[in-house]
Amino acid sequence: MPNTKELARREEMHQRFTGAHALCAGCGAPICVRTILNAIEEPVVVVNATGCLEVATTRYPTTAWNVPWIHVAFENAAAVASGIETAYRVLRRRGKISREIRFVAFGGDGGTYDIGLQALSGALERGHRFIYVCYDNEAYMNTGNQRSGATPFAAQTSTAPVGERSFGKPQRRKDLTEIAAAHHIPYVAQASISDWYDLARKARQAAAVDGPAFLNVLSTCPRGWGYPTDQAVKIARLAVETCYWPLYEVIEGRWYLNYIPEEKLPITEWLRPQKRFAHLFEPQNRELLHQIQQQVDEAWEKLLRKCERYEAL
Amino acid sequence: MRVATEQQLSLLTGAEAAAHAMRQINPDVVPVYPITPQTPIIETFAQFVADGLCDTEIINVESEHSAMSAAVGASCAGARVMTATSSQGLALMLEIVYIAAAMRCPIVIAIGSRALSGPINIHCDHSDSMMARDAGCVQLFAENAQEAYDLMIIAQRLAEDHRVLVPVMVMQDGFTITHSAEPVALLPDEVVKDFVGEYEPLYPLLDVDHPTTQGPFVLPDYYFELKRQQVDALDAARTVWLELQERFAEISGRRYQGFFEAYKLSDAEYVLVVLSSTAGTAKVTIDRLRRKGIKVGLVKPWVFRPFPAQEIAQALAGKRAVAVLDRAISLGSWGPLYLEISAALGRYLPKKPALYNYIYGLGGRDTPPELLASVVTDMQNEVDPTVLRYLGLRE
Amino acid sequence: MKRYQELPIGGVIPGGATPHLVQTGGWRSGKKPLFNEKLCVNCLLCWAHCPEATIMVERLQMRGFNYDHCKGCGICSQVCPTGAIIMVEETKNEPTPSAAKASEEVCV
Repeated sequence: MPNTKELARREEMHQRFTGAHALCAGCGAPICVRTILNAIEEPVVVVNATGCLEVATTRYPTTAWNVPWIHVAFENAAAVASGIETAYRVLRRRGKISREIRFVAFGGDGGTYDIGLQALSGALERGHRFIYVCYDNEAYMNTGNQRSGATPFAAQTSTAPVGERSFGKPQRRKDLTEIAAAHHIPYVAQASISDWYDLARKARQAAAVDGPAFLNVLSTCPRGWGYPTDQAVKIARLAVETCYWPLYEVIEGRWYLNYIPEEKLPITEWLRPQKRFAHLFEPQNRELLHQIQQQVDEAWEKLLRKCERYEAL
Repeated sequence: MRVATEQQLSLLTGAEAAAHAMRQINPDVVPVYPITPQTPIIETFAQFVADGLCDTEIINVESEHSAMSAAVGASCAGARVMTATSSQGLALMLEIVYIAAAMRCPIVIAIGSRALSGPINIHCDHSDSMMARDAGCVQLFAENAQEAYDLMIIAQRLAEDHRVLVPVMVMQDGFTITHSAEPVALLPDEVVKDFVGEYEPLYPLLDVDHPTTQGPFVLPDYYFELKRQQVDALDAARTVWLELQERFAEISGRRYQGFFEAYKLSDAEYVLVVLSSTAGTAKVTIDRLRRKGIKVGLVKPWVFRPFPAQEIAQALAGKRAVAVLDRAISLGSWGPLYLEISAALGRYLPKKPALYNYIYGLGGRDTPPELLASVVTDMQNEVDPTVLRYLGLRE
Repeated sequence: MKRYQELPIGGVIPGGATPHLVQTGGWRSGKKPLFNEKLCVNCLLCWAHCPEATIMVERLQMRGFNYDHCKGCGICSQVCPTGAIIMVEETKNEPTPSAAKASEEVCV
């Protein structure tokens, strides 16, 4: 199992992902990326969908990446990864390559839940050995916080804004982790940048399976969500403690919960510190808060029933 | 010239011929997605793989967009890649085709030429390949199954030359060629293998000891320069194409002289310019008209991109009239082939032949010799060249 | 700036990361992190959570911050379990040495 020392040693040696990027101060995405890349033991090749991570880390002619890295378009990270992984298998079979290499595709929620869903689904169904990591910041953040299929109910975004006649996004978010699990792939997990060790362990697990792995990682966004930059980890932790973003794994189709909070915090604890939910605390929106709490509670109960056992962190 | 190698003559459809070329090239990765009329290409090829006649890895992707995406991924990884599509499939993958060219991926794309929707139509015209003409790929047009086979082989070698390194599209007419059987001379497997050689990628992603960043975000300070590089790639394709003709003629006995086939052109007064299978009908028509004493000739370009403007202009210099037959129309303007030729004549010839444009064969509309003969009659009658004409249209 | 013939083809950036070309340290607007070596227990949680990978770790010891890339987000000060890292005022005139070993500065 990974530990900070081992990962720190790997970064000291390889520096796979550096600070040479223009991601916002306090962005959750690079925390997710560094953790995963430092946790995987084998050499990696990274595929990146268009989005914050891709744009900010590779402004020509600069690059933050010390691993082979490719970006092609917005909706096809999983398809590109399929091609690379297939090329790797063939070239190995034909004796042109002998090393073990792992393939990691990074896509934001926009490029994964929405426009990238088809390519993801196809790649998972075909069984390519790669890890798809969705860094979920719950909107199209690179273009200025437009709503995506991952944006939570009642959140403020620029294309489903709060206004005289609107309380924000009227729809609930999709459960992409469940969709991935429905593809019967060997490993699916939900993680958060707040739980560093859990994420590193899941990255290691994902790299070990002989087939597709999907990681959905909650990745905070100080600008889009509206909180001070130093609160990233705290906010992500609140998502876990309120059971809004449970940490769980699906291993060969069996569901395991990784963390049950001793005290399940009310969802308002998660909502209150973020400006994108500030309108919910106005008196006329009290009913919405009840609705949100109900949604979280129902989803949590369902998850508890689904999970075989509680596999501790 | 050395005697060309022993070749086995088989009765094959254009699709099967293309699949044989792919079998002999034995690429590393072929992403496939079905669409009429190219599907027999990938089906035939898939059967070859299933029977162990070649050991390519096929990826059964879930859309053409993913087919080209996987192709780019595999190519950038360092693999030799081919794929096939038509019409709507090409339209769907077009976003990535531009990117494949910009990322300098030498992918060979077999196209079963088919009309673009709407309305939906599965038959032959050139709207699909014409839609892609600005993408930065080399575009080759095959008249028949033999040319489809030959051009697929030449395409792989052309694409992977380090001076080129862009995708090459090889068009064969949907149904007319893809589904019609003709005698095709197949080269021996080892000869094809030797001709295409090995692919040596410049920046393979799988070389983990030498990491590269590919497909970065580029701002106005660099984009223009990177696009300009692609111009050089297509210019180089002209040189490499001509070089390859020599080599290909040596192994096959078939010479693709220059950028276009010139049929009874040298003393012609009237010229037909047409791509692909209708050129076959044109040759029959020309022979009939010649027996009547009318001096007609044919220019049938094999290479549409990079467009051989100077060579075609020189070939048409001094002719009395030229009729360009387009199996596609650039709506709001005229036919794409006509537009290229008109520009070529304007650029290179101070004195130009009369130039006519006929749109024909859209959506698989049959174009018999009589219609082509009527074009020559029009030229003889010096009809108004400022009018865009349609062959075989009920109007 | 390079002419088109001088750039690698295809927009490829060869040779790995280019940290020397990116100076995001200039983004800091007023605060920079400092750490107190005496309070630091080398848990490396700051290292684990820095979005800019600016925490310099040598042989598993926390050594300081790479101020060339530190954007002053303050996450390190929040995750540090012993309070060894604080964010201090930084003026533009103050010479913050790049890749400084800030452990000499003791936090008040």
